[in-house]
Formats: sequence, C-alpha cells, structure tokens
Amino acid sequence: MHVSLTPEESAFRDEVRAFFRDEVPRDIHDKQARHIALEPEDQVRFQKILYEKGWAAPNWPVEHGGTGWTLVQKHIFETEMANSNMPRIVPFGLGMVGPVIYSFGNDEQKQRFLPDILQSNVWWCQGYSEPGSGSDLASLKTRAELDGDEYVVNGTKIWTTLAQYADWIFCLVRTSTGTARKQEGISFLLIDMQTPGVSVKPIITIDGSHEVNEVHFENVRVPAANLVGEEGKGWTYGKVLLQHERTGTAGVARTQYRLRQLRDQAGQSVRGSEPLCKDRNFMRRIAAVEVELKALEYTELRTLAAVSAGKAPGAESSILKFKGTELQQAVDELFVEAAGYYALPYVPEQYAPGFPDDQRIGAGTETDSASHYFNFRKASIYGGSNEIQKNIVAKHVLGL
Amino acid sequence: MDFSLSEFQGMLADSVGKFVDNEYSFARRMANADSSTGYGEDTWASFCELGWTALPFPEADGGLDGGPLETMLLMQQFGRGLVVEPYLANIVLAGGVLCRAANAAQKARWLQPIIAGDLQAALAIAEPQNRYDHAAVETRAVRDGDTWVIDGKKSVVFNGGNADLFVIPAESDGISLFALASDTPGIDVQRYRTVDGSTAADITLSGVRVDDGALLGAAGEGLATFDAVIDDAILAVAAEAVGIMQALTDKTVEYCKNRVQFGVPIGSFQALQHRMVDMLTASEQSYSLLLWATMACADRTDEAKRAVSAIKYQVGTAGKLVGQEAIQLHGGMGMSWEVDVGHYFKRLTVIGQILGNADWHLDRLLD
Ligand SMILES: Cc1cc2nc3c(=O)[nH]c(=O)nc-3n(C[C@H](O)[C@H](O)[C@H](O)COP(=O)(O)OP(=O)(O)OC[C@H]3O[C@@H](n4cnc5c(N)ncnc54)[C@H](O)[C@@H]3O)c2cc1C
Repeated sequence: MHVSLTPEESAFRDEVRAFFRDEVPRDIHDKQARHIALEPEDQVRFQKILYEKGWAAPNWPVEHGGTGWTLVQKHIFETEMANSNMPRIVPFGLGMVGPVIYSFGNDEQKQRFLPDILQSNVWWCQGYSEPGSGSDLASLKTRAELDGDEYVVNGTKIWTTLAQYADWIFCLVRTSTGTARKQEGISFLLIDMQTPGVSVKPIITIDGSHEVNEVHFENVRVPAANLVGEEGKGWTYGKVLLQHERTGTAGVARTQYRLRQLRDQAGQSVRGSEPLCKDRNFMRRIAAVEVELKALEYTELRTLAAVSAGKAPGAESSILKFKGTELQQAVDELFVEAAGYYALPYVPEQYAPGFPDDQRIGAGTETDSASHYFNFRKASIYGGSNEIQKNIVAKHVLGL
Repeated sequence: MDFSLSEFQGMLADSVGKFVDNEYSFARRMANADSSTGYGEDTWASFCELGWTALPFPEADGGLDGGPLETMLLMQQFGRGLVVEPYLANIVLAGGVLCRAANAAQKARWLQPIIAGDLQAALAIAEPQNRYDHAAVETRAVRDGDTWVIDGKKSVVFNGGNADLFVIPAESDGISLFALASDTPGIDVQRYRTVDGSTAADITLSGVRVDDGALLGAAGEGLATFDAVIDDAILAVAAEAVGIMQALTDKTVEYCKNRVQFGVPIGSFQALQHRMVDMLTASEQSYSLLLWATMACADRTDEAKRAVSAIKYQVGTAGKLVGQEAIQLHGGMGMSWEVDVGHYFKRLTVIGQILGNADWHLDRLLD
C-alpha cells in the first residue's frame, strides 16, 4: 500500500488538469469563479466537451462509452474536476438513468437512449418522490395501468429537480396493487415530458431559487416499450440506482476544494484588526473539517475499491452519503461565519451574468454564502435522508 | 428573585401575543416583507397606536417607561410571529441612542416622530473592516470651523434603505454620535433586501457637512451610549430568537405528529423523538438564560456585561441547532419557500450573524 502516484498516474493527472484549464471555455470558468448560475445551455456545453474527449461517463462500462479507467484514475479525475472548480455533472442522465438502462434495459432501449445520454442531447429528471411518499418511497401511488400497448399514468411527483428543463423523466410507478409486498407492484418507466397530460409546476426553495418542481400526470399515455426491465421489478432497479446516487453525493473532492477556498478567503479578508486566519477558533474548525474530509476520502476509496473488485456498492455507500453531506454542510456554515454581516444581503441580481463585479455588495462572493447554506440543507434530505441512511447502516451493516 | 410579571408586563405580553395570533398570519408577514419598504406600513402604524413604539422610553420623552424586561416580552412574541417590521432598528437601536444621548430639542425633532411613526431611523453599527468590533470605528468626523465633516463607510445598516434619519458613530478623538437626515448631501445609500426578508443598506459618507445640532451628546464621548445600545439590542434579538425557537419546536412537533410515513406518524420514530427533545432543551435552556440575562441587565448587576455575551452565545448555538433540525425533520417541506419554518430558520441564522456571533461572545467571556 502506498499513497504516492505512479509516474503514469501523475502524467494522467497533468493531462486532466490541463484539459480543464485549456479546453473548457473561459466564460464557464468565469461563471463558476463568480458564483453565477450556469444556464442549461452552459451545462450542456460543458458536458459535451467531456463527451468529445471521451470522458463523459467514467463509471460506465467501456462498451457503452465508459473510459475503462482504474479506480485511481477515476479518483484523480474527480479531484481535478473539483480543483478546477468545474460545474457538477447533472446526475440524472449520466449518473442515474444511464446505469439503469445499460444494466436492465433491452437492446432497443440501450440503442435508443444511451447515446443521447452520453452526449447530453437529452435532459433527464428523476420522478421518485411523491407528496405522500418520501422516505417511505415504496408506498408511492402514481398509477400506470396497461391499456393495449400503452400505460396510462396518473399521479403526482414532487421535488423533481430541474424538471423545468427536462425532456424525459424516469419514474417509479405502481403497475399493480395488492401485491404481497408493496415494493413488488412498482415498475420503472421512461416518460417523454412532451406527452400530453404532463405538467410541471415550480416549487421555490427557501433560498429563493427554482430548482425543484411538482410534476403532474393526467391520463398520460406511455408506450409499453418504455418500461425498463420487468414489470414489478422497478424497486430493485431503483435501489441499485440510489446506491450509485449515494456514492456520488459524498462530494469529498469538491468539499475539500471549497475548504481551501475558505482558507484563502480567511487569509485575505481583513475584518477587525487582523485577517480572519489569525482567529484560532475559526482556523481550528477549518482544520477539524479537513481531517474528517481526508478520512472520508479514504472511506470512499475503500468503498470504490470494493466496487471495482466486482462488489455492488453496498450499505456502506450510506455512510458516504450522510458523512459527505454533513461535511459539505459544515463548510457552508463556515463560509457564512466568515462573511459576518455580509452574509445578510440578499442580492440575487449580482449573481446574474453581466453584473459588474465592482458594484457587488460585499467582497467577492460572501453575500452568496447564506443562500448556499440555506440551499444545501437539502443535501441531508435528498437522495434518501440522512436518518434513512443511518437506519440502513443500522439494519444492514450492524444487523440491528 | 421573582419570576412573576407585573400587571403591565402581563397585559403587554398578552396584547402582543394576541396580535401575533390574530392579526399577523404568515401570509400577512410575507406580504409585508414583499412590499416596497420590506415591512407593513399599516402594521407599523398599529404598533404606534398600541403604544409599542413608545415602550422602552422614559415617560418624560413620551414613553411608557419600559426596560429590558418589557422589551424582552415584546420581542419574544415578535419572534414567535416572525415579525419583520423594523422595531429593532427604529426603537431599540436608533431610538436607544437618541433617548440616551439627544438633548430636548433633538428628541423633539427625531425621537418623538419615531415614536409617532412619522420617521424611520437606523443606527449604523458595522463597517466593512471591523467585523464585530463595533467600537473600532474608522469613519471620521473632522472639525472644520463651526461644522463637522464626516467621511466613511457603514455596512449592512438595518432599515437603512427606509431611513429618514441615520445615527452615525464616527471617530473624532473618541466616538461621536451624529444624527443625519438621509438626504444630507454626501450620503450615498445602497439599499438591498436581506436573507431574512428584511432590508438593509450600505452607506457611504463623503464630505458630509453638519453643524453641532447633529451631534448627539458630547463630542468624543459616545462609546458608552453605543455600547449600552448594542447590549440592549443583543437582549432584544435574543428574546426574538427564543420566541423563534419555541415556535420552531412547536411547529416541528406538530408536523411530526401528523406526517405519516411507513404507516405511522414520523414522530413515533425514537430517532426523531430524541432530536425534538434536543430542540426543546435548547429552546428551554435559552429561555432560562434569557431571563437571567435580562434581569441582570434590568437590575444592573455586576454580571450584566457577561450575561449579555452569554445569552448571545447561547442563542447563536442553540438557534443553529433548532433551525437546522426544524428543516431536517420537515424533510422536503422544510426546504419550501411556501412553508413558514424555512423563514424562521433564516431569521435565526441572521440573529446568529449580527451583533457578534457565538465565537465572538465566547471570547468576550474569556476576557
Ligand atoms: C432540494 C431537493 C431536491 C430533490 N430532488 C428530487 C428529485 O429530483 N427526484 C425525486 O424523486 N426526489 C427528490 N427529492 C425528494 C427527496 O428524496 C425527499 O425529500 C426525501 O426522500 C425525504 O422525503 P420527504 O421530503 O417526504 O420527508 P419525509 O419522508 O416526510 O421525512 C421527514 C423527516 O422524517 C425523517 N424520517 C422519515 N422516516 C424515518 C424513519 N423511519 N426513521 C427516522 N427518521 C425518519 C426524515 O429523515 C426526515 O427528517 C428532493 C428533495 C429536495 C429537498
């Protein structure tokens, strides 16, 4: 066992670093640095650049467009992407429905959907949660009844992230009631958002942004060919996907990057008689989070090593999810603290494209700290709440 | 030691509580916050009619002779109702300085109209460089013949965008306090909304020229007043925070009793029950400390100064816990703008950020 990179790995790291620096357009770098939200077109443009390079889906099998990288290479890629302050990949296509389709879909579905996912031609969203079914997802009620060679879908999905841009939605739907276990009546269905009867209603979150939605289905007719795998097996497929999702949400590299940014900011911002970096209370807390992040980085590497040795991500991925989000949120809190009074101004206009930097209230991006903190309270709720993750670990890891 | 309320205090707590319950729905609060001023002008007029804007001032100034305890009772209810009106800025902060330092003519000119609701005022506390050290004032006032020339920058002045009158601390061989009409030449106001639904402003003073009529109290001797007003404000926001924590605890318990997952109310899960017990404990501990701190200040005991730092530390840490848990236990609902808990959480966050955060006040306790 050793931590240092081999010469080949170092060369790979340099290649990745140079790629993000040189091949990703300046305006995307600039928006990221100034906390300007990317337009959907920017996001797609970025993902297409990765596709052109062959790097859109490192975790996919090679035959479907994956990279065939080693675990270490994947780790280097993630880390460099975070260190270069690149946008997050929108996970719904590349991270979620793609793996379900290549694992459980038929050949026709693979040909029809995977290339567009890989190339970011189609924007996907995830329709799992419902008003009455959040943590207890298996109780979901959205009905899909077979009528000839079509399913007729009725029901409501909620908290659907970025559905306002989506071309397609993958849903867990109930295809039969009265099964012995409620999980057994659930199927995995792909639905074109343009189908008559689909409507999207925005939900504004506490930070004032529009990320999530309600998606209503009223007698939506969906070709039976859009069913992935077998009827009644959707729960099993969905669970596989959730474990992938949880592994992905640890976001260690990104949190480490943000913590370094905070350290820099603390060195610069003179507040009071001295810069904040002279405040031992504050710097000790940065150091404490840093230690925990390093531990989580290695917990993640251990989990991924097991996965690449052929094991499915197991209940341990739950640890990555709740610990990762706790640390992410701890860093958000520190940013708010660092901003002092300048955490208060709520001026979303100054994070719109074209707003002159010298007219911003507060220094740098400190007035974005509270909105970010508020928004990321979601991280311990979505993807299966942290309480649910701990229940999973208690049951499946500890055997309680 | 006596925990009982006087008849006046009982009536006050009762009337503010009734107002919050009957006249100040969440919808009303959001509409007031959304208006162009960021507060309800009608609501403010009602506060004046009810006498609340006169509460902390001596009878001689047209006030009701209230002290820290009366302000606490009022602010706790305001917290419970998430009142967005600028009581802190007008009455506790700007009013607090005027009441202590202004002469009779100045009071007639500025304090009476504040009490009557005819004038909006703001006290500038922070500067871009001084973080929480409000005494480290770099805005300067220089004597030039019969006048003062003031230059400097003030940060995040609560109610600053609405204010007709600014109270500005400036350095001139010690801190001097000035009352400046907001339309005085040389004052530039950059107004904005704040994350708690309220408003504030950054203010730049460039060569602002005023005469002695604007000086509140003696030149260079304003720090004691400034300090005392900050302490009052800390007690006031601490009381507000306690009201918010009580409201969030109640709302979360209520929600968990009603929200059903896995066929049972989520409140039946012990993992969540203990979390709500922690919320209640944080809220009750804060209330206890608030009573001690407020009484210590009302009775001017030796511990008063430490008590102020202790309660601000307490509501900073407890408020974070209660606010975060309230969101978490509401699940997705807690993240929704339409639901009140998120807005209570944001106000608690703001209270934690102003007038010295928890770390700052813990440091004061080491001194
Ligand atoms: C910003 C955001 C984006 C989202 N995006 C999507 C999306 O794109 N697609 C999608 O399908 N969903 C999405 N979700 C929904 C998310 O998955 C759910 O919010 C989550 O599963 C929790 O469900 P709920 O909100 O109904 O809360 P509830 O299930 O009602 O939970 C409320 C509280 O009770 C706790 N709790 C529940 N059961 C237990 C138990 N057995 N033991 C202990 N504690 C328990 C929870 O942890 C939580 O704290 C998103 C949510 C948010 C906030």
